[in-house]
Amino acid sequence: MRISGARAIVEALRREKVEVIFGIPGGATIPFYDALLDSDIRHILARHEQCAAHMADGYARVKGAPGVCSATSGPGATNLVTGLATAYMDSSPVIAITGQVPRNMVGKDAFQEADIVGIVTPITKYAFQIESASQIPDAIRLAFMIASTNRKGPVLIDIPKDVQLEDVDFDYSERIKLKGYIIRTGDPHPYSIKRAIGLIMSSERPIIIAGGGVIASNASEELIKFAELIMAPIVTTLMGKGAVPEDHPLYLGMIGMHGRIESNKAIEEADLIIAIGTRFGDRTTGKLDEFGKNAKIIHIDIDPAEIGKNVKVDIPIVADAKKALSTLYSKLLEFGFSKKDSEWISRINYLKESYALNYEEKGEGLKPSKILKILRNILPRNAIITTGVGQNQMWTAIHFKIFEPRTFITSGGLGAMGFGLPAAIGAKVAAPDRPVYNIDGDGSFLMTEQDLATAVSEKIPIVSIILKNRALGMVRQWQCLFCNKRYAYTDLGNIPDFVKLAEAYGAEGIRIESYEEFEVVVRRSLSTEMPLVIEVPISPDEKVLPMVPPGKSLKEVIWYG
Amino acid sequence: MVENFHIISALVEDRPGVLFRVTSLIRRRNFNIDTITVGSTEKEGVSRITLTMRGDESIVEQLVKQLSKIPDVIKISELKPTESVYREMAIIKVLAQDSVRRSDILNYVNIFRGKIIDASKDSLTIEIVGNPNKINAFIEIMKGFGIIEMAKTGIVALQRGLKGKIE
Repeated sequence: MRISGARAIVEALRREKVEVIFGIPGGATIPFYDALLDSDIRHILARHEQCAAHMADGYARVKGAPGVCSATSGPGATNLVTGLATAYMDSSPVIAITGQVPRNMVGKDAFQEADIVGIVTPITKYAFQIESASQIPDAIRLAFMIASTNRKGPVLIDIPKDVQLEDVDFDYSERIKLKGYIIRTGDPHPYSIKRAIGLIMSSERPIIIAGGGVIASNASEELIKFAELIMAPIVTTLMGKGAVPEDHPLYLGMIGMHGRIESNKAIEEADLIIAIGTRFGDRTTGKLDEFGKNAKIIHIDIDPAEIGKNVKVDIPIVADAKKALSTLYSKLLEFGFSKKDSEWISRINYLKESYALNYEEKGEGLKPSKILKILRNILPRNAIITTGVGQNQMWTAIHFKIFEPRTFITSGGLGAMGFGLPAAIGAKVAAPDRPVYNIDGDGSFLMTEQDLATAVSEKIPIVSIILKNRALGMVRQWQCLFCNKRYAYTDLGNIPDFVKLAEAYGAEGIRIESYEEFEVVVRRSLSTEMPLVIEVPISPDEKVLPMVPPGKSLKEVIWYG
Repeated sequence: MVENFHIISALVEDRPGVLFRVTSLIRRRNFNIDTITVGSTEKEGVSRITLTMRGDESIVEQLVKQLSKIPDVIKISELKPTESVYREMAIIKVLAQDSVRRSDILNYVNIFRGKIIDASKDSLTIEIVGNPNKINAFIEIMKGFGIIEMAKTGIVALQRGLKGKIE
């Protein structure tokens, strides 16, 4: 089959079962877009390339398969950067296809030329430029393989415009290999399993930290079985939220900077930490020297470079979470392991009761915690939540219970404000039959608000709940707590009327003033057929608590503001 | 050699951008390397990057693990200095205006088994190859004569014996 490079890209994407591309065309991708028009791949026109990347990311996280975004050369490509960095930090399989100036102009500072491969190399799993159309099939095949195997991550393919116009004999069979890239089976090493079993059998107070890797490897079921067998409480990182249903009796809560007190306390008291699919980020561990210092640590991760990077571990298990957990489970049974008595679990339950988040939800104004609880009561268990970044994100993490994997989509590692709305669009495209709610802050929402236009044009009925405090709330909170209330430039001043803003885009906007109104609106929103923005005014003095101050150990928690 | 001296040897695909990927990762992860060299190997399409660094074992381990993740890196290993041969080359241009100094320099060049590769009325240019200790010792002596210019290659290294062959 002899076809143009542009058609070869489309054909390769079809072979990879790509259903949708999020992007914006431009001069350097005109041939590709022309070929795309003849295909059955859906294209969703974003209004900013950062959003296209976040959409692909949201799609990928919900779908569990790569999401594809596309941008033209130069500014189009550079606009992808934040989205790709987000996907990289959260190990999300995103494929970016960018146009490049024609080969004879590369390196000449041509119009709309940017060395996008150079720019994104540190924030992608792999990035490369194609030099001839004959490379296209292999390049796309490799890109999908790299993005979606081992530890997942974003891959960028840069394709000069003239390469898209050149002809190629299309052959999608595996021809070239990257010698240095070996797809791991994910099977744990028997020796490390044996050592882990020994530790588990002798531990009195085990605890499990579930990270994003548990969700990435679809290991929730195995995790629950394993936890129930060894009677270990489960805590999660931010990215691990959803790894277990939060109403499971062994579930304790999130740990870390904004983790629950009982979860952080349990980490302190445990004699064995089994960490699965987490990179021990600083927001999770607090002060490293103090983290888990009374416990032995077993660390299960698919990426060997994560083991020992931040936290010194006693037993490393380089493995896929699902495989490691099921192996541990069956080996424990084989060794005749039986459930321990529940002294530790009684202690955990006592901690749970003592530190339950009994927020004082009275007082002036609407409380974010109560808003989120009302929302939870109305939404079905499988509703998908995306968030912006900042206080809105942490309130959601603390107060909004997640029951299913891949239903909590947030920018964990990079913390990219503006993530919520485009990620919600991508999520809804991946799961059109499920409700998708973006819980956002005004500051965060305003960074990508233009893509409401995308949601309206494409008839993607997502709901954005904006906790409007007229401030860059999380920074303001730090200024309050650590800068003696010197609020340096965190007051947003003039912010738009979100109801009118939504309407200007052709979406629906509603402002609510009471919990009752909120409840009515949310119930109605379940059947909305158009994008909806719900403005919820809150006080700028509302804080995210508990909080472990940056650089402090998990026990040095601030509880009441 | 100084304590905590590490030699890391990586076989990489000979493709555009590979060296950039490696150095970009080194910079991003805040690893501090001393030298880096790249050149071809006995196998077509495969280059060898040799880099040296100082630091404790955990830093080296992390560097090796991170570099292993680059898809173009075929194989990477730490070469134990005691089980490897490693060499560096320096070209040193020294001030040598009077005959006494010249003959002194020549003596040292002989002792260190260097080579004079260029001479002018006022200067001698010396090539010296060896392990970094030897080269540093020689440079220290040459400083006394006045080094005009100097260039060093960085270290290239191979494991002793049959191990380490490219499959």
